Amino acid sequence: MAPVLVLAEHDAANGAVKKVTLELLTLARRLGEPVAVWFGAGSGDALELLGQYGASTVYVADGSGVTDHPVVPMVDVLAALVADVSPAAVLVPSSADGKEVAGRLAVRTGSGVITDAVDIDASGVATQSVFGGSTVVHSKVTSGTPIYTVRSNSVAPEAAPTTCTAQPVSVEVSDVAKKATVTDRTVASKGGRPELTEAAVVVSGGRGVGGPEGFSVIEKLADSLGAAVGASRAATDAGWYPHQYQVGQTGKTVSPQLYIANGISGAIQHRAGMQTSKVVVVVNKDAEAPIFELADFGVVGDLFEVVPQLTDEIEKRAN
Amino acid sequence: MKIAVCVKQVPDTWAEKTLRPEDSTLDREAPDGVLNELDEYAVEEALQIAEAHGGEVTVVSMGPARAAETVRKALSMGADAGIHVQDDALHGSDAIATSAVLAAALEGKGFDLIIFGSESTDARMSVIPAMVAERLGIAQLTFAQRVSVSGSDVTIERVTDYGFDTITASMPAVVSVVEKINEPRYPSFKGIMAAKKKPVETLGVSELGLDVAAVGQAAAWSAVEDFAARPPKPAGTIVADEGEGGARIASYLTEQKFI
Ligand SMILES: Cc1cc2nc3c(=O)[nH]c(=O)nc-3n(C[C@H](O)[C@H](O)[C@H](O)COP(=O)(O)OP(=O)(O)OC[C@H]3O[C@@H](n4cnc5c(N)ncnc54)[C@H](O)[C@@H]3O)c2cc1C
Repeated sequence: MAPVLVLAEHDAANGAVKKVTLELLTLARRLGEPVAVWFGAGSGDALELLGQYGASTVYVADGSGVTDHPVVPMVDVLAALVADVSPAAVLVPSSADGKEVAGRLAVRTGSGVITDAVDIDASGVATQSVFGGSTVVHSKVTSGTPIYTVRSNSVAPEAAPTTCTAQPVSVEVSDVAKKATVTDRTVASKGGRPELTEAAVVVSGGRGVGGPEGFSVIEKLADSLGAAVGASRAATDAGWYPHQYQVGQTGKTVSPQLYIANGISGAIQHRAGMQTSKVVVVVNKDAEAPIFELADFGVVGDLFEVVPQLTDEIEKRAN
Repeated sequence: MKIAVCVKQVPDTWAEKTLRPEDSTLDREAPDGVLNELDEYAVEEALQIAEAHGGEVTVVSMGPARAAETVRKALSMGADAGIHVQDDALHGSDAIATSAVLAAALEGKGFDLIIFGSESTDARMSVIPAMVAERLGIAQLTFAQRVSVSGSDVTIERVTDYGFDTITASMPAVVSVVEKINEPRYPSFKGIMAAKKKPVETLGVSELGLDVAAVGQAAAWSAVEDFAARPPKPAGTIVADEGEGGARIASYLTEQKFI
């Protein structure tokens, strides 16, 4: 079986394998033999988990400047691997880095690229959910080595245990990669909550939250469910909540198992970032708010009454 | 300094977007075409850099005839000149071909900075800036929430999941910007009048030295097999809060095994 290269995304700070990597390994098994590609340090601790999800090999590209330059060293290594092992496909996460790696790799290897796939079948046909989830498209790469970027939470990771061995690859960082250098990394505190695009549950607040203090109600609910916090653009533009938590057209696209929208009207640009959530719960005091069209369960009411009660109930039931 | 800003005309984000049944391409005739919102931030950033360091801003766009309006919009904000790549052969081009066309339009013109919005609100691929940097063989500084120019160097803050990375390069460089970088200006009446007289060069594919057969839908390296509207979601349960709204959600979440 031909190998399928999977870019193993991991936490830049602690090296923990991201859940999307396990999802990619699960999809890769439909297309061939999954092989992980790891950039930077920390692969040793990941071997067991990568093996558990079916990767027999992890190519490790560490040292000599892989992480000193943005994006391009990953393209250099993947392009060399594409030439060496002739993979059936290359799968990368739909993160900012992942999409740029995919785009450049496509140009460099003469391959077609499909971004933001939510599913891939055994024949390589990808499913994409476009226009804010209103249209479902099936497409296929017709030239070169198919390259896919896949959204987090698209498939449930399935274990397929095997033994994973690390294989170091030599890294020749290209001259063009060296043209841009990372001089500093700034880590904003994320308060121990899961990452927005990876989280199984997202609790969001909008203009109805009323101000920065109001977000404490949203955060308490999120913490009772082990959820990530999201926000509408009205809330981030007003400076009530940091911009990187914005969900929607010009923010993050999330696809969690459960999305709880509080004080959010449901503008088309907000829906574009959350419409593919599996279950949607809405709290809004306006019964006419369009967000109710997406609700599996909705309460028409004041979020400052409903949300704290919900948080209490969850804590009661959990004990 | 010579600065290029690449802009795209997109359907208004408020409009219903649909694919054309005959060839699965976006119906660009139907909804109102507007300047891609994120590109407004790119134009603003280019103008601010030119104002601070001196220089000229050229707007570059690939798109059908009506995309000329989008080029004018950027000119009315204050850009100096425009290049509009327009050719029927381009219809249905994928990102690969689009990046080749833009790179050809930009190459050899001595641009120090080439600025993009970080994504278009219609295709949402976020790959064109990286692809253009790949083709031109110059530095890629993308997803910038801050850009500063000093001498021949440009430094950005690249937004990441954990915060941001500070990245530096010598010019020339490709930069893409996110929306928190600045507050785009509105075109003034004077700006709108002045834009009418600014030079816009309209170029076809062969004038860029590209093969017509290498662009457009037939040349795409990926193809749509089929598409369909997502089936409407069945109506959910909506209740009015009568003092037990929170508890009712908790019961629903328990039923659904979230608690
Ligand atoms: C190009 C473009 C891109 C955009 N990108 C995004 C994006 O990425 N993400 C995004 O979110 N938006 C985006 N927007 C903005 C979008 O159009 C809306 O303006 C925005 O989503 C509105 O946010 P909101 O729902 O929080 O606010 P509003 O629309 O003002 O809604 C607030 C809601 O809160 C309810 N409410 C008020 N008080 C309470 C209370 N006490 N209890 C319960 N409910 C209450 C109200 O009934 C109302 O429904 C974009 C717009 C454009 C033009």
